[in-house]
Parts: sequence; C-alpha cells; structure tokens
Amino acid sequence: MSTIIPIGPFHPVLEEPEYIQLYVDGETVEKAEIDLGRIHRGMELLAQEKTFDQDVFLVERICGICSASHSWAASLAMEDIVGVGPTDRARYLRTIVHELERLHSHMLWVGLAGHILGYWTVFMWGWKYREPVLDALEMITGNRQNYAWYKAGGVRRDVADDIWPEVVKIIDEFDKNNDILIGAFLDDPVIHGRLKGVGVLTKEEAIHYGCLGPTARGSGVDIDVRRDHDYGAYSEVDWNVITQPEGDCMAVSVVRLLEMKEACKIIKQCIAKLPGGPIATEIREFPRGEGIGHIEAPRGESFHFIRSNGTNMPERHKMRAPTFLNIPSFRPRVKGETISDAVLIFAIIDPCYSCTERMAVLDPTGQSLMTGKDLIKLSHEKTEKLKREY
Amino acid sequence: MASTLGLVLNFLIFPGLLFTAIVGLLTQWVDRKVSARVQWRVGPPWYQPFADILKLLGKEILIPEGAGRTGFLFAPLAGLAAVGVVSTMLWLANIQGGGFVGDLIGVLYLLTIPSLGMIIGAAASGNPLASVGASREMKLVLAYELPFIIAIFTAVTKVSPMTLRLDGILDYQAVNGVLLGNASCIIAFIVAILCAQAKLTYPPFDVPEADTELMDGTHMEYSGAALAVVKLSQAMMLFTLPIFFITIFWGGIVLTGWGILYTIIKYVIIVTIIVLIKNTNPRVRIDQAVRFFWGPVTVLAIIGMVLAMVGL
Repeated sequence: MSTIIPIGPFHPVLEEPEYIQLYVDGETVEKAEIDLGRIHRGMELLAQEKTFDQDVFLVERICGICSASHSWAASLAMEDIVGVGPTDRARYLRTIVHELERLHSHMLWVGLAGHILGYWTVFMWGWKYREPVLDALEMITGNRQNYAWYKAGGVRRDVADDIWPEVVKIIDEFDKNNDILIGAFLDDPVIHGRLKGVGVLTKEEAIHYGCLGPTARGSGVDIDVRRDHDYGAYSEVDWNVITQPEGDCMAVSVVRLLEMKEACKIIKQCIAKLPGGPIATEIREFPRGEGIGHIEAPRGESFHFIRSNGTNMPERHKMRAPTFLNIPSFRPRVKGETISDAVLIFAIIDPCYSCTERMAVLDPTGQSLMTGKDLIKLSHEKTEKLKREY
Repeated sequence: MASTLGLVLNFLIFPGLLFTAIVGLLTQWVDRKVSARVQWRVGPPWYQPFADILKLLGKEILIPEGAGRTGFLFAPLAGLAAVGVVSTMLWLANIQGGGFVGDLIGVLYLLTIPSLGMIIGAAASGNPLASVGASREMKLVLAYELPFIIAIFTAVTKVSPMTLRLDGILDYQAVNGVLLGNASCIIAFIVAILCAQAKLTYPPFDVPEADTELMDGTHMEYSGAALAVVKLSQAMMLFTLPIFFITIFWGGIVLTGWGILYTIIKYVIIVTIIVLIKNTNPRVRIDQAVRFFWGPVTVLAIIGMVLAMVGL
C-alpha cells in the first residue's frame, strides 16, 4: 500500500512554489509526481512587447541567480540577428562576470545542500564564503544581482583598472575557502554516507532525458557549451570541463565544487589578459531575421531564440532555462530511494522552477489565439496525457 | 504527611519541574549561542528561549481533524512529567543521599518516556509526515537504548559491591575516585554521549524531526501550549542528561565550596561536547542511524563492559 507524502507547494526546503507528490511504501519512494505551473510570469509575451534593449533587462529577471546567463544569451541572439560580434574587451568583461556568477551560484547550492542535509554549519559557512563574490560583482558592475551589465554588442559600462587587484584578492581567498569545503566534502564519512550511491542517474538516462550542465556532467556526459560552442573568451584561457562518471549525488556535488576551482582559474586568467579598447560594438538597427544564443549557465545550457521583423521589438523571444530539461531526471533518480534522500535528490539539479515556467500562444500578428481559460484547459489535457504515460 | 508534601514540592519546584525548566532553557540558550558563534551568526539574547515558551503558552492549541484528542494532548505531558521526576531523583540522590533500591533502573526507564510520548502524540495527530516521524523515532529508540543501557551498566559493574542505587554509585566514587578514571568507563561515557545525542534528537540523529524532510515530523501538528510543553521537555532533557552522566561517571554534584564551580565546569564540558557534535555533522538517514548504533556503538559498549569485568 502506498501513502502519498506531499512536498510543497510550501515546504521549508523549497524556495519556490511547486508541488511534488511522493508515493511511498513505508520509507521507500515508489514514484514521484511533479506538478509545476504555480509561478508563471508571462516572460515571453512581455519580451515581445518591449524593445530589444529593454528585453535584456527583462530576461535578467528570469532568475535572480543566473541573471548574467540569461542576459548574455539574449545579447548573443541579438548579435546573431545583426551579424556583429562584441569587442574584445567586452568578451573578457562578460566572461569575468559570468564566471563570478557561477562561483556564487554553486556556492549558494553548497549552502542549500548543507541545509537539506541538516548541516547548518555548512549552510552558514557556504553563504558566508559566497558574500565576497557578490562584493566583487558589485565592484565590477555596480549591482550584487541583476547586474544590468550585458547589452547587444558588448557591456554597458566600462570598469576602472584599479579594482582588479582587489577582485583577484577576493578570488584567491574564495579559492582557499573552497579547498577547505572540498576537503570537508571528500573526507567527511557522514556526507559520504548521505551522498554516495544515492539517486544514481546513469549516462544513458542522462542522455535520454537530455540533462544539461553539472547534472549531465555528474553522470559522465561530457558536454559544456563553453567548450563546444565557443563564445566569450573561453577558447583563449586554460581550463577543463569537469566530469564524474558515477552519476550519484556525490558526483554532482564534486562536479560543482571542482567547477568553482576552474571558474577561479578562468577569472584570474581573464583579468590578467584583459585587453583595452571600446566596450561595445554599436548596434543601431535590428534587421529582419532570426538569431539564437546559448551559453553555459551555472545549471546548464540557457537557450534564447529571437526573431526580428525589422521593428524595434522582437516578434518572438523564446527562452529555455536548463531546469526545464533537468526536472524529469527526478523520476529515475528517486525510484527506490527513501524519503530522506528524496528531498536531496530534488535539490541535486539545483532546480530553478520559476525560471522554467512560461507559456504564451500567439499568431504572427500578435493577436492572442488562446485565452487564459483555453490555456488552463490545454494544460490540464497535457497533464492528464503525461500522467497516463507514466 | 510533611514528607509527602516535601516530595511534592521537590517535584514541582526544586529540584523538579520549575528549576529544571529554568536551567534547561538557560542551557538551551547556551546551545543556541554557541551554535550561532560556530556558524558566524550573532545568536539570540539570553532570555530568548523563555520568550519563545511564553509566546507559545499564549497561543491557541489547534487539534487536527481526525486526531486522537487524548493521546495527542497527554503524551507530551507524560514526557514532561517523566523528565521532572528524573531530575528530582538525580538531585535528591546527589544532595540528600536519598534513593531507593533500583532507582537507577527507574531513571533509565523514565528517560525513555519523552521519546515514547512523542511517538504516541505524533501517531495520534493523524498527519502522514508526523507518522513517518513517529516510526523513525521508534526505530531510533530501539537503536540507541541497547548501547545506552550497556554503557550505564558498565559503570554499575565497575562499582563494588555492585549496586543499582544512584547514591551507592556516588558513595563509591566519593571514596575511590571518579569512574571516568577507568578505561572502561571512558568508553562507556563516549557511548552514552552518542546516545544522548539521539535521545535529544540533535543532529546527526535528528531524523524524527528532520525539518527539511518532514517539516518537524513528530512536532508537526503541535501548536500553542502543547508545543510549549514539547519544547520544554526537550530543554529539560538537555539539562537532565548531562546531570545523569555526571552522577554516574563523574563524581556527582557537589554544592559546597569549590564543588559548585567544579560541578558547573563538568556540566558545561558535557553540554559543549553535545553542541559541538550537533554543529559538525549532517543528518544521517534512519537506516544509517540504526546500523550505527547496533553496529560500532554497541560493539564499543560491549568492549567497555568486558574491560570493566576484567577490572580495568
């Protein structure tokens, strides 16, 4: 006999409203059903009603943690339409801010993992280590989050050269603290007991579900947009793609921890090599055309598609956050695990539900084809269909 | 008649419920403050635990639909009363030398009542998460009781002539030096501290309450004064268990001259060990907890027992 344990829509471990039903027999999870759709914000429709320049600010607000990723992906898509690239200095500045974002995003996840494991000390320490990274971001861009830093063609503001020694100091300090954390993670027998062999996602499953980012790399899938689709300054600095073959929670955690070390390396090299010159290519008009931009956000590949009809607003702006593809990997991971591990398994992909949820159906003239009621009906039908499938 | 009244007063005021509650809450403040400093936080002011309890006392008690009313409300009270009795017995044995044959067994028995109370209360609440918490608590009790009892009886074995009276153990220590001076009792003490961690449901053994998994599990449906009783009995356990260990292993409580300072130092050391273990470990899974207590901890406890029997 299976009991249903509800997780959410409000639960201490989840920052966002989503609803997960665990079908459990005793403590063993037989099945998990994930019910999203509580935080739809109409981002895509909004993006079609704003100018290209305003759009970058809008997509920044898709996610508070990966605001640099989305705005960079959107900028790349716009540059793709126009057919110009950013200046050299802009490429390096963009890369530095993006990697700083990866640092703070991964460190935030380490803290949350500690919180989920009931390890409050790691939670507090992780977030304390994260704080200087935000200071560095504030020094460079002027903001701790939502940097307002990327734009089509380059970046918005130049940076005075005298702040870089301070940033390098922060990164060195962070790297040292990260080493302590890596040591604590790899040596602590209790953490090993909680993470090792838990929630295994095999390489085949990861490919089948189309997982992205650290989730895929933790299962031994060697993908990374930074290396595979060259953008920014990544091809000009020395760094490695971290993969782990095991596919369990430990492997994903190790991937994140080691990726932070790589990010530190990238930032320091970029600062050392930072070229001078203008910070942006001027873009006056967006011609008719289509463009895509995809970058490696901390959680995986962020994908933006923009179609321009020659006006100053995009005709279609499609955005896909990595969580969208990572969510279904819960299913194979959670089966046969205990309730204690279920919450950890949900958190291992570093989910960002709010970033994922969007939908609007329009015809090319901008007329709404479906009302809110139609959308709800459609959504119910789709949910029913999915439920029948599983 | 007068002695009966005295006993009732002992139970209700000093050294029973009221005194234990006050010192327990102060200890809880120390716990919260030390934890906060370890985690680079500031921590609450000293009166915070009292304020929490006071606030809860003034709140409405909600009883979930479908809950067994009596069991739900009386189970925590039974736990509170049991801790009060244990505290009274320990202090009377320490200060007045009052005891009776086999009171050690009584103490061991009463120390499990708060856990059993939580199991009954959580099961009566009718909440699925609370019932999972209750089943975990049950497994945890089964896991830690065996090594805990072996550890305590190591001390009993060491005392000659063997006695099950608390004051007997104290008298032996007063003459022959504290039991912690022996290798066997050091092992038993370590085992007892580990079991105390589980008795207090502190990390790494906070599985029944696991806030990120079960949203406070066994405590989930409690509110208002009922929750205050639950929290209060936890705070009192935090006071009673170290006192119990001091009594059994570490020469007991002395309330004259330098003895007061010595007693406080002993108490603070035990509390600090508990708080440090709490702050340097993530939560284990329930199966890992059971395997840990029935495996290495029980083996350790048995080694201690064997050492005590060969006279070490």
